[in-house]
Amino acid sequence: MKAQQDEVNDLVKAGYEHGFVSNVASDTLPPGLDEDTIRFISAKKNEPEWMLDYRLKAYHHWLEMEEPDWAHLRYDPIDFQAISYFSAPKKASDGPQSLDEVDPELLATYEKLGIPLEEQKALAGVAVDAVFDSVSVATTFRQQLADVGVIFCSISEAVHEHPELVREHLGSVVPHTDNYFAALNAAVFSDGTFVYIPEGVSCPMELSTYFRINEAKTGQFERTLIVADKGSFVSYLEGCTAPMRDENQLHAAVVELIAMEDAKIKYSTVQNWYPGDENGVGGIYNFVTKRGDCRGDRSHISWTQVETGSAITWKYPSCILRGDDSVGEFYSVAVTRGHQQADTGTKMYHMGKNTHSTIVSKGISAAHGQNAYRGLVRMGIKAENARNHTQCDSLLIGDQCGAHTFPYIEVRNPSAKVEHEATTSKISEDQLFYCRQRGLKEEDAVSMIVNGFCKEVFNELPMEFAVEARKLLNITLEGAVG
Amino acid sequence: MLSINNLHVNVDGKEILKGLNLEIGRGEVHAIMGPNGSGKSTLSYVLAGREGYEVTAGEILFEGRNLLDMSPEERAWAGIFLAMQYPVELPGVNNMNFLRESLNAIRKARGEEELDAVAFMKLVREKAATVELDDKLLKRSVNAGFSGGEKKRNEILQMAMLEPKLAILDETDSGLDIDALRIVAEGVNLLRSPERSIIMITHYQRLLDYIEPDFVHVLADGRIIRSGGKELALALEEKGYAWVLEEDAA
Ligand SMILES: Nc1ncnc2c1ncn2[C@@H]1O[C@H](COP(=O)(O)OP(=O)(O)O)[C@@H](O)[C@H]1O
Ligand SMILES: [Mg+2]
Repeated sequence: MKAQQDEVNDLVKAGYEHGFVSNVASDTLPPGLDEDTIRFISAKKNEPEWMLDYRLKAYHHWLEMEEPDWAHLRYDPIDFQAISYFSAPKKASDGPQSLDEVDPELLATYEKLGIPLEEQKALAGVAVDAVFDSVSVATTFRQQLADVGVIFCSISEAVHEHPELVREHLGSVVPHTDNYFAALNAAVFSDGTFVYIPEGVSCPMELSTYFRINEAKTGQFERTLIVADKGSFVSYLEGCTAPMRDENQLHAAVVELIAMEDAKIKYSTVQNWYPGDENGVGGIYNFVTKRGDCRGDRSHISWTQVETGSAITWKYPSCILRGDDSVGEFYSVAVTRGHQQADTGTKMYHMGKNTHSTIVSKGISAAHGQNAYRGLVRMGIKAENARNHTQCDSLLIGDQCGAHTFPYIEVRNPSAKVEHEATTSKISEDQLFYCRQRGLKEEDAVSMIVNGFCKEVFNELPMEFAVEARKLLNITLEGAVG
Repeated sequence: MLSINNLHVNVDGKEILKGLNLEIGRGEVHAIMGPNGSGKSTLSYVLAGREGYEVTAGEILFEGRNLLDMSPEERAWAGIFLAMQYPVELPGVNNMNFLRESLNAIRKARGEEELDAVAFMKLVREKAATVELDDKLLKRSVNAGFSGGEKKRNEILQMAMLEPKLAILDETDSGLDIDALRIVAEGVNLLRSPERSIIMITHYQRLLDYIEPDFVHVLADGRIIRSGGKELALALEEKGYAWVLEEDAA
């Protein structure tokens, strides 16, 4: 109905909360990419020779590659020469040694985002690493973590302080040859987070990284590497925001997870990059490669993502189920409104015996949003008795949006079982009327129904982040009644 | 407290209610009976403010306020409750949470304090017992996978929690076996009060054996064509609708 459609449109126009720009003096490389850019980044970080070699190898490989065009996405070609590949907040020394050295404006920025870096104010039990444009500015709770042998630092520091771990694992899950954006990231990655959990240690707190793109015309290419040694456990959360800008900004991250025997990694993302305005101007292009390697027997990797931001999202957090009895999980809520487009899903590569994977994908489209689920389940020759269950649900709000599902299934072992269920529904007029008859305002009714739709995924998030995710979803869909 | 005058309603361009008049006083229980398709559910939706029902003429006053100017939630806040003929499923929405949000929304609109978790739980348990609704159903998603009888009992539970001034029960008895019917009817009887008016839409006399109405109306072809006391229901049970329709045509 017409009236309803107008309301949908209003709802969808709700603003972006994190769209402010911080006045932080910064060292920004002029736009452009060539070998010198890479040498500059590497020199700026005082990197060892092997790191520079790795970057250059990746860069030369990237030059040979073509940008992929198979995703269900539409955007103008990205001009990789128009992007600045390095931007760091200016500071006296080479890097902030403690929070006292961090620009107060920067701290204020994180405060505004609801991420206090001062330890006394930090969320109880959550250690935070904050990446501002290209550089990690602070890592909290360092000492408490070090006491149990957990390493949690920026990847730049890890290159210097734990070179053997970084050299052994960097690129071992997502090689620089993997795909176009992964190759670019390997060449120019500026910072990111490194985590190592030693054998038998259950990390005593949630680890968390907040990424923020502040400078205009910069790209953010962070690199995350998490290694969970035998029998260890870690829960990690990543959150992202960016200011409102008219031009598109590129975010091409790589995340690698490695779980040894009996280890478990729980990786949760709340992605709220600037999505562009209601006419589709501006916003972050989010091209991300995330992959976990269940290297040891009985290892377990679980991805949970709540994707509400970005103009374009292209990401498929995946699991390589190499160890016997290993478990891979993917729980996803992806919301597209305005002119947002998302092509997201997962890949589960079953290699070991008795490997199990679960995929729960909830796509929500409002206004002109386009939401595609793309998932691959591959049962390898040796994947005796492997199991997959996929549940893929789409919810449409209004009638100008779209939901698309592209499941790919390859089974090479006859004992393997794959189940796929998919549904598409609309928030029905029945449901809205029922809620309103019981006294709920229309937008509260929508939020209740949408939250109900996402429940299985939110249940997977650590408690405080589930609350955040719910709030974010409500803000995102404010005014989007249908 | 409710006064419907010359109500004409179109659905998809077709006239369904054709000049309906009805007066309901405080504390009265009215039964509305009538053949299938005569417009009973349409009337209940119009009272509750559902979209898609176009009022082309007439007015509805509720405690002196013009009901037609109010949104569905405003009507709920004012004390109108509709137990639906086909209660809606809300997958993933916890039944207990739904009740709580609903109750608090209504309390807030009335300027009352929200109930805290403890007081709320106590109230739900107490009310759920009156309709013999299993605790398990409170923990499930609203109506999702409930049997027909469970859905209807859940509706009565909501009504008991929300304590409306005007409750409209649209075929709450249909699809119920005799035990479920008795439970639902007892639930409704508990809610009878001099402060609460009830409109019971039903097809069958048997509900009226359990809940005794003060007035009975026959709705046919979009109008109330006859009103009377409970003896009218008995006559309808015995002789069907045909004679009323004939007398009306004459
Ligand atoms: N949403 C609708 N769209 C089209 N026709 C409808 C709709 N709802 C009801 N009607 C029609 O209106 C008339 C009255 O229906 P209803 O009020 O449900 O009757 P009752 O409840 O008395 O059985 C019927 O002819 C029915 O087909
Ligand atoms: Mg009906």
